[in-house]
Amino acid sequence: MHDHGPDALELRVQALESLLVERGYVDPEAMDRLIETYEHEVGPHNGAQVVARAWTDPDYRARLLADGSAAIAELGFTGRQGEHMVVVENTADVHNLVVCTLCSCYPWPVLGLPPVWYKAPPYRARAVIEPRAVLGEFGMEVGEDVEVRVWDSTAEIRYLVLPERPAGTEGLSAEVLAGLVTRDAMIGTAKAAAP
Amino acid sequence: MNGAHDLGGMHGFGPVGPEADEPVFHAEWERRAFALTLAMGFTGQWNLDKSRHAREAMPPGDYLATTYYEHWLFGLDALLAERGLLEGAPAKLRRLDAGNLEKALKTGGPTERETNAAPAFAPGDRVRALNIHPVGHTRLPRYCRGRIGTVERLWGAHVYPDSHAATGDQDPRHLYSVRFSARELWGPSASAADTIMIDLWEPYLEPA
Repeated sequence: MHDHGPDALELRVQALESLLVERGYVDPEAMDRLIETYEHEVGPHNGAQVVARAWTDPDYRARLLADGSAAIAELGFTGRQGEHMVVVENTADVHNLVVCTLCSCYPWPVLGLPPVWYKAPPYRARAVIEPRAVLGEFGMEVGEDVEVRVWDSTAEIRYLVLPERPAGTEGLSAEVLAGLVTRDAMIGTAKAAAP
Repeated sequence: MNGAHDLGGMHGFGPVGPEADEPVFHAEWERRAFALTLAMGFTGQWNLDKSRHAREAMPPGDYLATTYYEHWLFGLDALLAERGLLEGAPAKLRRLDAGNLEKALKTGGPTERETNAAPAFAPGDRVRALNIHPVGHTRLPRYCRGRIGTVERLWGAHVYPDSHAATGDQDPRHLYSVRFSARELWGPSASAADTIMIDLWEPYLEPA
């Protein structure tokens, strides 16, 4: 490889973009819109709404677990990297954890773009061989009698974890509950936050 | 291909290291590399599996020594060169613009397809992931090859990445969610309670 370092990369990408725009392949306005969409509009606040709705609406929860794509589309979250959504539910007996060992597959419409650690070698290498050690680094202890179920996103199925609703949240509105649902809780590296 | 991208089960990378309050992008060039890759993907000059394969083809030492969006740039450069898009007169390509962008993002690219073929396996069937080492693109991770699992569900027929990357042919094949016990994959030091679910296409599997 050549051109290491941030400055070299800035120059390299600027040159490539200029060339692609000049040749008419890329529309600069579309570039800005793509960045705006994924930097500011799509993110884990979408997935948090899905989870909070499932916690407060048993019929929705049933639809969500039966057909994740359709139930998530009810809230308007569709599209690229979320075409085939499957929601997996954490229970007292099963803790779900999502990884993509081969690249970086992640449910964009509900979680946005993945964090660096999700795409980097340590997580991709270790989530499948030592998930409990990985969870421990995130501060999570899972009992030996609980199944850790790791989902390796090798196809175009995208997984969203439905975390357990925290104790002491009875009576809270879906809006307040959504604030307890973190990105990591929907990947499976954390529990939903306590209120 | 048995590339550096196929990371499941490797040792020695150290802790996962999440970053507090992480930004979506860490530099302007990452924003641009991301958007350029999506915009050029829309031209239809290559498909998603082909672009994954282009990143996987990065030499292993380089792949592990560079960051995520550098992999994307490597892949984009390779695909542009392969299609000859930077040589001679500009080609007339389908272009992502203000008029089609929202619909493109909202629709995405579903991969499920109709097929007349009956699925070879049903939930509950024991299957072995083949011990094969294709030199082209595949989504059969090395860590499950030769291992026995149980079909959990059928996801329908989906575009088959091995064919799609090699020839552009969608070649839909049945896709299964296959459950492997952690001990089957990793031996006696793994937890007896734990399982790994892997989505595997029918050509990756045989009855066990």
